[in-house]
Amino acid sequence: MKPEWPEDAHRGLWVYLEQQGTLLPVGHELLGKGRELADELGESLTAIILGHGIGDLGREAIRYGADEVLVVDHPLLEGYTTDGHAKVMAQLIEERKPNILLFGATYDGRDLAGRLAVRLSTGLTANATRLEVDREKGLLLSAVPGFGGSILAIIKSEHGRPQMSTVRPGIFAPLEPDDTRKGQIETVAVDLRPEEIRCRVVERSVLPREEIGSAERTLVAGMGTGGDLALLEELASLLEASIGVTRPLVDNGVAGRERQVGSTGVSLRSKLAIVLGASGASHFVSGLRDVGTVVAINTDENAPIFDEADVCVIGDLFELLPPLIERLEKAKMGMA
Amino acid sequence: MTPRIVVSLKVVPKPEEVSLNPETRTLDRAGAENVLNPPDKNALEVALGLKDTHGGTVTLVSMGPPLFKDYLELCLGMGADQAILLSDRLFAGADTYPTSLTLARAIQKLGGYDLVICGEESADASTGQVPPGLAEWLGVPQITFVDEVRVQGDTVIARRALGSSYEVLEAEMPAVVSVVVGSNEPRFPDFDRVEAAAKSGWVKVWTAAELGLRDDEVGLKGSYTIVHDLVEGEPVERKRHFLQGSLEEKIRALAEALEPFLRP
Ligand SMILES: Cc1cc2nc3c(=O)[nH]c(=O)nc-3n(C[C@H](O)[C@H](O)[C@H](O)COP(=O)(O)OP(=O)(O)OC[C@H]3O[C@@H](n4cnc5c(N)ncnc54)[C@H](O)[C@@H]3O)c2cc1C
Ligand SMILES: Cc1cc2nc3c(=O)[nH]c(=O)nc-3n(C[C@H](O)[C@H](O)[C@H](O)COP(=O)(O)OP(=O)(O)OC[C@H]3O[C@@H](n4cnc5c(N)ncnc54)[C@H](O)[C@@H]3O)c2cc1C
Repeated sequence: MKPEWPEDAHRGLWVYLEQQGTLLPVGHELLGKGRELADELGESLTAIILGHGIGDLGREAIRYGADEVLVVDHPLLEGYTTDGHAKVMAQLIEERKPNILLFGATYDGRDLAGRLAVRLSTGLTANATRLEVDREKGLLLSAVPGFGGSILAIIKSEHGRPQMSTVRPGIFAPLEPDDTRKGQIETVAVDLRPEEIRCRVVERSVLPREEIGSAERTLVAGMGTGGDLALLEELASLLEASIGVTRPLVDNGVAGRERQVGSTGVSLRSKLAIVLGASGASHFVSGLRDVGTVVAINTDENAPIFDEADVCVIGDLFELLPPLIERLEKAKMGMA
Repeated sequence: MTPRIVVSLKVVPKPEEVSLNPETRTLDRAGAENVLNPPDKNALEVALGLKDTHGGTVTLVSMGPPLFKDYLELCLGMGADQAILLSDRLFAGADTYPTSLTLARAIQKLGGYDLVICGEESADASTGQVPPGLAEWLGVPQITFVDEVRVQGDTVIARRALGSSYEVLEAEMPAVVSVVVGSNEPRFPDFDRVEAAAKSGWVKVWTAAELGLRDDEVGLKGSYTIVHDLVEGEPVERKRHFLQGSLEEKIRALAEALEPFLRP
């Protein structure tokens, strides 16, 4: 049975900010977009931060656009767990009744939002790449990419509050931090017991992360490389480029997950991307949308990647690369 | 313990083959080839691997139109024991809220389960919201985006693949896990078994009424989200400039195109 919510009793736009000692970059993006939408609605922007030993992060959220910050600091919230974070979020939401709630579409953000939507009996839209509001009705409209990004569904929830959405990282721009912005930080006490957290963390590893998403130049290897990246590495060092790969190369253990480009990996924002031996599946090319110039090299003249490239080279990468590298080396020496 | 495993899977059109009809603003899937949602094949392989090690049973559940039946038979051919297709006109238009409710009711009706294995996300809507929603309806813990699953006694231990990092979690069963695409090599079906499944009608069909669900709890009526509009994902306009000539000429042209990006 769908409970009937008095929709207009819900006010305010909330953003859930993930932190690992510092706020994740998507948190700044949520604050930037959230600020714009809250102003349009004439509602306040509240940031929610859960963790342990949160320090100055509340202040940081205000500098990036929040009017108000709710901080929940508890030893059992150190490190994300579904049960711990869902319990606290559900409690805050039920007490304070926000109208809209945005999460980053990260692994943990999606894990949490999916659970909360059912607990709170409300609608949730996924991986939004555009957000708008209908001021009259207080409605959130989110654009959800479907079929690997080739189609956008514009989705709203007329019933069910808060209106929730996970938001794709790397899409919205943060505001310039402003040290003079004023806001309120409220610390909320919660009751959380160890036995309420049913998943135990056996091991957690955080490897140093090379952010290939923000590299200026990227070479992307597909299955056409046969997993042999030696030539790419040479070219990459010449161009001072990062190396990304398509998903099957990650699955085959050729490169780490952090190098995967595409809808279930990283979106590139580089000025130049050279894509070598990748066919151009829609789940992959959605990671190239924000690239300035795309160069594609592929033996198959009908490969869909050529529809997504500015410079198209039909040819075998193993034949093209050695003489290309030689030429570029000479050109570079000539510059020195 | 011999785990009773449920694999929840769906069938999707190949994303490259779906287009938007700009006039009616509806999806044109008619020409599209359907496939089992790729991560769901990996989910099934995890289940079958656990069954190889521990024994137990693998039950398939899927909510969708009758055409899903053929795909469930393929999965039975891979080694699953039984399959239930949740099919009813009332289920049409479901968002993730009633989808996860419908699946949860079916799983509860099976009469006992230990582990539910899903794919990480579908290749069509890609929300990834069904696994955590399902876990909430069932009232059990969830471990999402995993690439390794082990069972020890009544505990499930799974590794979440989180980009450059990972975490290993354990929970008492029953629990729900979602498996990332490409995390294993799904086995081939035994086609004699596929044929037997088709001939003897192994796939059972359950309707909303059989799950004790009312028409306003399922499908479009049971959904909170409303599709307001469908638009083309703004295509990025690319120049599509093909370099011409011999290999040498192409290399020269390419080098010239790249030179502005070289820094002394
Ligand atoms: C839910 C879901 C999510 C996904 N997410 C992602 C994602 O985030 N990122 C991703 O990449 N994929 C993703 N995929 C997989 C995606 O659908 C494709 O399978 C994948 O991108 C194909 O990789 P590829 O282009 O390297 O390989 P292939 O499709 O095998 O293409 C290889 C290409 O190399 C060319 N080639 C071969 N030899 C040479 C040579 N010597 N020189 C030049 N060219 C050569 C061939 O012509 C061919 O075009 C996802 C799939 C699903 C179902
Ligand atoms: C373009 C588009 C955008 C959409 N956006 C949204 C949205 O933002 N919010 C929303 O609530 N709904 C949305 N929907 C509706 C959504 O597709 C359906 O609710 C669908 O039934 C389940 O969601 P999913 O495909 O995203 O599954 P996911 O949650 O991505 O699937 C994850 C796993 O859950 C299991 N699973 C999913 N569906 C089934 C099933 N039918 N039977 C058995 N197992 C299953 C599988 O193991 C699968 O791998 C959208 C649909 C389209 C076409």
